[in-house]
Amino acid sequence: MVREAPAQEDSAQAKPILLDVRDLAVAFDSEGGAVHAVNGVSYTLAEGETLGIVGESGSGKSVHVLAMLGLIPRPPGRITGGQVLFEGRDLLALPERALRTVRGGQIGFVFQDPMSSLNPGMTVAAQIIEPLRIHLGLDGRAARARARDLLDLVRIPQAGARLDQYPHEFSGGQRQRVMIAIGLSCRPKLLIADEATTALDVTVQAEIIALVQELKREIGMAIVWITHDLGVVAGIADTVQVMYAGRILERGPVDDIFRDPRSAYTLGLLRSLPDLSRGRAGRRRLHQIEGAPPDMRYPPPGDPFAARNVYATARCLAEAPPLVQAPGAAPGHLVAAWYDLPARLAAEEAAR
Amino acid sequence: MTKAVTAPTVIAPTGVALPSAAPPLRSEPGPIRAFWARLTARRTAMVGLVIVVALILMAVFADWIAPYDPIATDWGAIRAAPSWAHPFGTDEVGHDVLSRIVFGARASLGAGLTSVALAVALGLPFGLLAGYAGGVIDMVIMRLTDALLAIPFLILAIALAAFLGPSLTNAMVAIGLSATSTFVRLTRAQVQAVAAEEFVEAARAVGNPPWRIAIRHIVPNIVPAILVQATLTIAAAIIAEASLSFLGLGQQPPEPSWGSMLNVAKNFLEQAPWMAIWPGASIFLAVLAFNLLGDGLRDALDPRQRT
Amino acid sequence: MRPEPADRYPLLSVRNLRKHYPLRSWWGGKGSVFRAVEDVSFDIRPGETLGLVGESGSGKSTIGRAVTMLNPPSAGTVAFEGTDLAKLSAGEMRRMRARIQMVFQDPYAALNPRMSIGDYVAEPFRLHRPGMARAERRDEVEGLLARVGLDPRFAQRYPHQFSGGQRQRICIARAIALKPSFIVADEPIAALDVSIQAQVVNLLQDLQDELGISYLFISHDLRMVRYLCQRVAVLWHGRVVELAEADALYEDPRHPYTRRLLSAVPVPNPVEERARLRAASLLPTADPDATGGLVEVAPGHWVADTRYA
Repeated sequence: MVREAPAQEDSAQAKPILLDVRDLAVAFDSEGGAVHAVNGVSYTLAEGETLGIVGESGSGKSVHVLAMLGLIPRPPGRITGGQVLFEGRDLLALPERALRTVRGGQIGFVFQDPMSSLNPGMTVAAQIIEPLRIHLGLDGRAARARARDLLDLVRIPQAGARLDQYPHEFSGGQRQRVMIAIGLSCRPKLLIADEATTALDVTVQAEIIALVQELKREIGMAIVWITHDLGVVAGIADTVQVMYAGRILERGPVDDIFRDPRSAYTLGLLRSLPDLSRGRAGRRRLHQIEGAPPDMRYPPPGDPFAARNVYATARCLAEAPPLVQAPGAAPGHLVAAWYDLPARLAAEEAAR
Repeated sequence: MTKAVTAPTVIAPTGVALPSAAPPLRSEPGPIRAFWARLTARRTAMVGLVIVVALILMAVFADWIAPYDPIATDWGAIRAAPSWAHPFGTDEVGHDVLSRIVFGARASLGAGLTSVALAVALGLPFGLLAGYAGGVIDMVIMRLTDALLAIPFLILAIALAAFLGPSLTNAMVAIGLSATSTFVRLTRAQVQAVAAEEFVEAARAVGNPPWRIAIRHIVPNIVPAILVQATLTIAAAIIAEASLSFLGLGQQPPEPSWGSMLNVAKNFLEQAPWMAIWPGASIFLAVLAFNLLGDGLRDALDPRQRT
Repeated sequence: MRPEPADRYPLLSVRNLRKHYPLRSWWGGKGSVFRAVEDVSFDIRPGETLGLVGESGSGKSTIGRAVTMLNPPSAGTVAFEGTDLAKLSAGEMRRMRARIQMVFQDPYAALNPRMSIGDYVAEPFRLHRPGMARAERRDEVEGLLARVGLDPRFAQRYPHQFSGGQRQRICIARAIALKPSFIVADEPIAALDVSIQAQVVNLLQDLQDELGISYLFISHDLRMVRYLCQRVAVLWHGRVVELAEADALYEDPRHPYTRRLLSAVPVPNPVEERARLRAASLLPTADPDATGGLVEVAPGHWVADTRYA
């Protein structure tokens, strides 16, 4: 899916909807009261689309995905509302048994830490074969042959010989490749990668991203790529979604989000990265977002970012803004903000 | 554990970056108050705590609570069934059982607390030394501990009684010494775990000498585990004291102890079952209470429940 | 030839630093050794930030702990203000720690959970200024907390009541308490959220401007390293393969490993990043033999092995 022009957002929109998240809300009960981790998240994902979800810890970016797959422990976790339609079926309403056939079958996932996600006491073959037998009903011989093909697919050399090795015999990058092989084993329509390259070295991360890009060309699955790294998202995502305090603050085609951010939070994130286009001599002081995210035991009534936002208005503090089409922005570029960021920036520029 | 691990990171509601923007401080409980709140939220732990406190008060104020002198004999009331005069009945020489239960709490709780205090007093420093110094010192201490562990407390108590004569004090020493190895091992394991933490390296980096790292940085972090183990060991020590007294190696007659009361009562189980029921129930209650309290402390002090 | 700066007398001078770990052998014979760090030399000038970059296992944290003697080197010299730290006794080294401080990666692990942050920040004074009056110490602690952007009224609180960014500020407050001339910062922003990283980097920068502290900034965040560091050393398999002024290194990397490393860094710009992804797959992997002695290929630009000069 490597392409140049941002125009192809339209074609992605035209494709059938694969995942439709509607007003999802998740809370965790803790000793200090309920933590409202996800607060009314709604979005759609088209077949074959790559969605990059960006946010910091506590933004709900990982939790909402785990919740829709039934992977948060309950209690203390609770899904307090919403629907998650995957190919028209509400995942939240499915019984655990039916959900299990979706999870690892039509939806594959890769998590951050490949060491703790793999069972250290089972050979790699056994762990790849397990979902094949459960979801595809393959017999032992066929499953083993397929496992070998999968290791080939994720570019692990001498796949046949390495099948019977244990996870500790693989390097960190290779373990993440194995996780991707497991995630892709049943030819899912959707691959969810939750900080899948965060723990890896930058050169290994580059290899894994290149691999996922290639596999996407071969298999054509949709991808939800959850990360805190704006750089990674810039290269692989069709659509970017910025989350904060359990809400989506901004969402849109990747080029528009980076070129024309409409949420002060997105702008703050982009500006807090060092700009080195003019070398060290031309660098300016890093823009810093003051303060810290809100305590989600006491979610603020209005825009959750308002307390840290220099552009916030009185309305931002009182009332939560809905996620709507940003005026004058590309179609599909949505923002949740009462303030008009481009106007405020222009006024700032004029005042200077 | 589940709560802390799975809930998303909760940012403390102290989100100010600059003092210029400082809002009024939201009152936040300190660690002791937070611990107390977690403990009181656990019903079984509170039941245990209330019983423990009640038993301790009973032992301390035995002189006021007991209706009779526990060693005064009343030949007019031998093996008398419970009545208004003697609510728990009397024993084979006319002692009031209620009064002996009340005074017996001194022997039982005293033995439990003293022997565990001895075990901690010996086990903590040696465990600290073994865990923190390592090397040859560690090896010597651990082999001695293993040797101690190989001697059952009963044998030790019999040996002590043989040399020093049977007494409650010797029973306490025997129980305390046998419990010491538990605390050496626990302390050593805890010290090794804490010493590997980054804040210990940070303490070195700022220039702390080894003794100060041990006292100021390691010990406060292992106290909770020691406290839990101590509470649970008190329960075991109470049973041990009862066993030794039952065998005549602990509290000596006519002074009362729950174990020695059972010893006498076993001869009259059919004629005077109350002689056995009350001390038996007392031991059961005390042991249960300390175990409930210990489990509650473990939950309330578990650092993994902290965010 | 050694990568020595000619203009100023160095604050820290590391020469031929080596850290080997013995590997256990099965047959009682002499086991082999793991060479975590091999023959590393560099200088840090007063008020300078030297970046140390490399991937996991490259030995960058080992070097940080070796120059602070938290994990002393197997061989080599670490000359700090003219004193060879490796030759100091334990007591002398403890006194020296007033001048050399460290900031750790994980602010959740680096704070003692049972010590109030006021006591934590006061500890350097207790250790190195035993004569200091209690009131004076309290004032110093409050001043330090305010300096790193925390409310001084927080002194009574415990670490679990703070967020990751606040904890890192607490660690920094303690590190600067005695106005050291040198701080080793081992991945100080790796565990922090993006919006908090800038706060901490700006704080480190401001403290350097104010107090003239030199930093050894260990990081895998190559963009932040270029931003913060005057000079950068690239580590690979325990050796320095390239050392140069930051701009020279990033704009004209000479060693194949440096090139591969820099080309793997994602760019937060969709057009550039997509172009980078397409180009990246064409680069060769580094030659393992390319780790000879450092050679100066341009003024102040040192590269391992002449073949790549």
